[in-house]
Amino acid sequence: MDLFEIIFYFFAAIVLVSALVVVLSKNIMYSAFSLLFTFFGVAGLFVLLNADFVGITQIMVYVGGILVLIIFGVMITTKVTGVDIKEGISGKLQYAGAGIITLLTAIFLSLMFINGKWITGSSTDVHATIHQIGTLLMTKYILAFEAAAILLLIAFIGAALIGRRKA
Amino acid sequence: MAIGLNHYLIVSAILFALGIFGIITRKNAIMVLMGLELVLNSANINFIAFSKFGGLNIEGHLAAIFVIILAAAEAAVALAIILNIYQNWRNINVDEIAKMKE
Repeated sequence: MDLFEIIFYFFAAIVLVSALVVVLSKNIMYSAFSLLFTFFGVAGLFVLLNADFVGITQIMVYVGGILVLIIFGVMITTKVTGVDIKEGISGKLQYAGAGIITLLTAIFLSLMFINGKWITGSSTDVHATIHQIGTLLMTKYILAFEAAAILLLIAFIGAALIGRRKA
Repeated sequence: MAIGLNHYLIVSAILFALGIFGIITRKNAIMVLMGLELVLNSANINFIAFSKFGGLNIEGHLAAIFVIILAAAEAAVALAIILNIYQNWRNINVDEIAKMKE
């Protein structure tokens, strides 16, 4: 077992264990903070796959932006950090059903991924992807880039309009 | 056994299933949002894995970047809506709320 495999299994374990804590924890604050570890683990997987720019973007946007927004939302809207799953027999039934659906989804997706005849091409030896990404964004994907910029502008104006306190 | 495409795909499949589990079981709207983020992250892992092993090269990175942009926009708008609902209803329980105003 070489170093690469050890690092891969380390990051994969971080991602999966902290994602389990996110969906199973009774306290929503714990969920929000273990989401942090999930995002960092996914960023580590990206870096292992030679995607340095996407990994940094993941840390900056998800950890620096989305997670802070989510934690603000949790702190503003949650009065008691209690259980927010259903109580009683119907809650248990829903929990069990969701568990079965989740297990079936995971098994089905894994089988599909393993047995799929994927076209595995050899990738070009990429190091420092940022130059290629910048070139492609300014040439082939310029329309999608501009559309994403306009979408972000509209989304943030809309969010500010919806979220402001009514006079 | 060297780390190949399948390892990353299985990690992303399990992450996707966990995100679905969070979306189904939780009543708190913010927890539903967290489950959604897990699902989007698992899709991103697939994009990057295929960009290395599937010969997709740099285009997979671009798809992942656009997914991250859309996730940021979605989180901002969704949290604004959740705050608005909280101001009107004093809770954010997705089972009980069907309207944005009373």
